[in-house]
This record gives sequence, structure tokens and C-alpha cells, in this order.
Amino acid sequence: MGEYLSGFAEVVEQYDVLSAFGANLRLTLFSGLGALVLGTILAALRVSPAPSLRWVGAAYVTLVRNTPLTLVVVFCSLVLWGQLDVQLVSRDEAGWLEVNSFRLAVLGLSAYTGAFVCEALRSGVNTVPVGQAEAARAIGLGFGASMRLVILPQAFRGSVAPLGNTLIALTKNTTVAQAAGVFQASSVMNTMIEFYPQYIVAIFLLFALGFVAIVLPMGLLATYVSRKAAVRR
Amino acid sequence: MSTTLFDTPGPRTRRRILVVNVVGALLVLALLVWVVLGLAGKGQFTAQKWSPFLTRNVWENFVLPGLWATLKAAFFAIIGANVFALIFGIGRLSQLAPIRWVSGAVVEFFRAVPVLIMMIFFYFGFTQSGIVPAADGPLYAVVVALTLYNGSVIAELLRSGVGNLPRGQREAALTIGLRHGQSLRLVELPQAMLAMLPSMVSQLVVILKDSALGYIITYPELLRTARLVGSNFGNLLPSLLVAAVMFIVINWLLTTLAEKTAARLSARTAGPVRVAAPSTVPQDGGGGAL
Repeated sequence: MGEYLSGFAEVVEQYDVLSAFGANLRLTLFSGLGALVLGTILAALRVSPAPSLRWVGAAYVTLVRNTPLTLVVVFCSLVLWGQLDVQLVSRDEAGWLEVNSFRLAVLGLSAYTGAFVCEALRSGVNTVPVGQAEAARAIGLGFGASMRLVILPQAFRGSVAPLGNTLIALTKNTTVAQAAGVFQASSVMNTMIEFYPQYIVAIFLLFALGFVAIVLPMGLLATYVSRKAAVRR
Repeated sequence: MSTTLFDTPGPRTRRRILVVNVVGALLVLALLVWVVLGLAGKGQFTAQKWSPFLTRNVWENFVLPGLWATLKAAFFAIIGANVFALIFGIGRLSQLAPIRWVSGAVVEFFRAVPVLIMMIFFYFGFTQSGIVPAADGPLYAVVVALTLYNGSVIAELLRSGVGNLPRGQREAALTIGLRHGQSLRLVELPQAMLAMLPSMVSQLVVILKDSALGYIITYPELLRTARLVGSNFGNLLPSLLVAAVMFIVINWLLTTLAEKTAARLSARTAGPVRVAAPSTVPQDGGGGAL
């Protein structure tokens, strides 16, 4: 047992496990920001009074939500980059290939997660009872004032829980960037098992527990914040 | 139009909405034209790129076997996930604390680990150890990984389904002399399972989508065979689009089915029936099944 562990420790030292997880966190951060921007725009489209805008938002969400993330990421790397020469970094930069595949993965993850952020925000709006809006109009608030003072504050508080779930799912989904050849946890795990199959269980546990250590606190925090933020009705 | 956000529009607002509507439609149209022209400029609309999909060979040897492999993996995974969920969902409701803790730890663990991490582990585990025939290694890896993850999510659905029943159901069962297990088996679980049926159908969408992760571990599912078509015929964009359309149609049909069943079932249980959006898993974080 002791021999197994010390052998495993030597294997771990050969690989940069920490910066692999760091890549997942960076993917989460950038894709999360991208998805938040895209999702907010989509949510605004989906609740707008103009049918054509609503239709665009709904179409995007329906299409993207029903497509596998792997397909989206593969599309970004093989089609956008491989076929259509979409390049998100200048070729003069050192290591531009890695940077480019990282950015393409961020693009794919943002495009995919944006649809879920949109739904999370919209479900926040749906937690506000119609009576709130009717009451706001009844006391003479105009459109802007009733939005600002009554509806949006409650809507944002209601969307904390689904947004938290979306962020957690995004964190786990960053492993799919492997399909675009991005260096991150799952690809390092893949290489490690390939070269040291005798340590497969220990390697799996290392990476699995790494994700548990990232995701569980996020879940607890999200639950805590959403409980705090929720409007009691 | 959202009734919470907007009042019934008057004549002036209606005019304004009309303008925004037309401008919006034109912008979308312009965007579409830009994309189509751009793709045409890159030669993506030539007959040579799309005609392979008019041949029998492509459908018989690539697309349909891929679709079949995807459906097969999803089918086994949903069955496995339900069995897993039944065991650990009931385990979490057990009166014995150690069983509750173990079930809780198992469920939380598999919900927090990315499916791909499990898939890679089982892929190498199965192919190297020779527990299963080498050719079937990828299939088993996909099915087991999807079973563990989705089983945990459904176990949570089951638990919250029981938790969402009105307290009177259990109280009534205990009053007429049923024990804990009997109340669970005869009164609570049947209603909870009925209430979660729609969410389970939408979980099937998650399983179908995640089966595409098999692409990474060389399982010949729809995405992988589509990519093979793409590299054989030099038409990656068309083949990935065809695969995407097939995924979207199947998943959209399943989602519609989930909403229909939710509407029909709400009369038959005391608990709330609703479709959990595929993105949101109810309760205490940890999950989230994009």
C-alpha cells in the first residue's frame, strides 16, 4: 500500500495537475462571463413585447438546449477553426494554437451555457406573481418605475438558485473542452491513465475528488445565497 | 408576452411595438443573410458537400448506425439510472442513519463528478482489465458513467418528490396502522414517482445529449459517425449540422412529451407535478444537469 502510494505520488509529480484544474477554472470564469452577457440579452429578447424578438430568443434557446455540448465544442474546433478559419488570436503570439483552441472552447461553452442562463433569468421573472405588477400599476407607477422598484429586484432574487445550478453545471462541463484539444483536468487524467494504467483508480479518485472539492462548496454557497435572497411568499 | 412585465398596450405602444417588431425581424434576416453569404463564400453550399446525404451508403453505414448506437446507450443508461435511483433514493429515505449517510454520500459524489471524468475512467478500466469484450468497452463506459450520474440526479428527484407530498399523506398512512416502509411503498412512492415522471422524461434528454460525450472515448455514436462522414467526404459542416438536427428533433419531441405528461398527471397525485428544466436540479446545489 505504502509502495503504491509513493509510486502514485511520483506519477502525480510528473504532471501539472494543479494548472490543469486551473485551466478548468479559467474556462469556467470566461465562459461564465460570456454566458451571462449572452443569456441576459437572450432573456431580454424572450420577454420583449415584439413577437419577432421573442421568436429569435425562443428559437436560439430551443435549438441550443437540445444540442449536445460535445457537438457544439467539436463544431467550434473543427468547423469554425478547421473549415471557416475563424481565428481568435493573432498567429504571431507564442503558443497561439493553444490560445486559439482555449478561446474556441470558451466560445462554444458560452454559446451553450447562454441558453441556460437565459432560462434561469426567465424563471426568476416567473417567480414574481402577476399581482405584484398589477399592484405597482394600481398605485400609479409607470413602466420604468414598476420595473426598477418592484419587478426586477424580485426577479433577480428568484433567479439566484437556477443561476447557481447553471454555474455548477458549467464548471463540470468545462471538461468537454477536451473535444477541442484544450489542456485541462480531463485531458491530463486521460494521459496519466494511458501511461500509468496501474494507478488508474488513484488517478480517477484524484480528479474526481478535485471536482468534488470545487463543486460542493459552490453548491453549498449557491444554496445559502439563494435561501438568503429568496423572497418569502 | 409576459403579463407580469407589461400592461396591455395602448394604441401608441402598439405602434411602437410594431416598429420594433419589423426592425427586429429585419435585423435577424440581415444576420441570417450574412451567415449564409459567408458560408457560401467559403464554398459550404456546393452540391458536392451536401450530395453524400442523398446516397444510401452514408445513411446505411454511418448516420443510422450512429443514431442506433446513441439510442442504445441512452436506453441502457435510463434503465440503469432508474434502478440506481430507486436503490439510493429509498436509501436516503431510510430510517437507519448509516444507510441514509452512505446513500447521501454516493449520490452527492456522483452528482459532483463530471460525466466525462467517469467515462474516461471506465473506458480505460474496461478495456485494460478485459472485464468486458474489448470491442464493447466504450459502450459499457458510456452506459455506466451515464447511469451513475443520472441515477444520482433521479435519486434526488425521487427524494424531493417524496418530500414535496403534503404531510397528511404520510400521517394518514401511519394513522391507519401502516409502518414506515409500508407507507413509503404503498402511499408515498407511487405518488412521488408519478409526480417525477415528467422530470424523468426530460432527464432522458440529458442522457441523450451526454451520450455524445462517448465521442471523446471513441464510442461510435451519432456525433462520431457524423464526423467520420465529414472527414470521408470533406463535408464536416454539413455532417455536423445533420447530426445536430437529428439530436434537436429527438430531444424536442421528448421535451414536448414531458410537458404533455406533466399536464395529464397532475390530477393523479397530491404532490406538485412540474417539469424540472434540464438545467436545474431541485434542491441543495451540487447538481445541475446541463
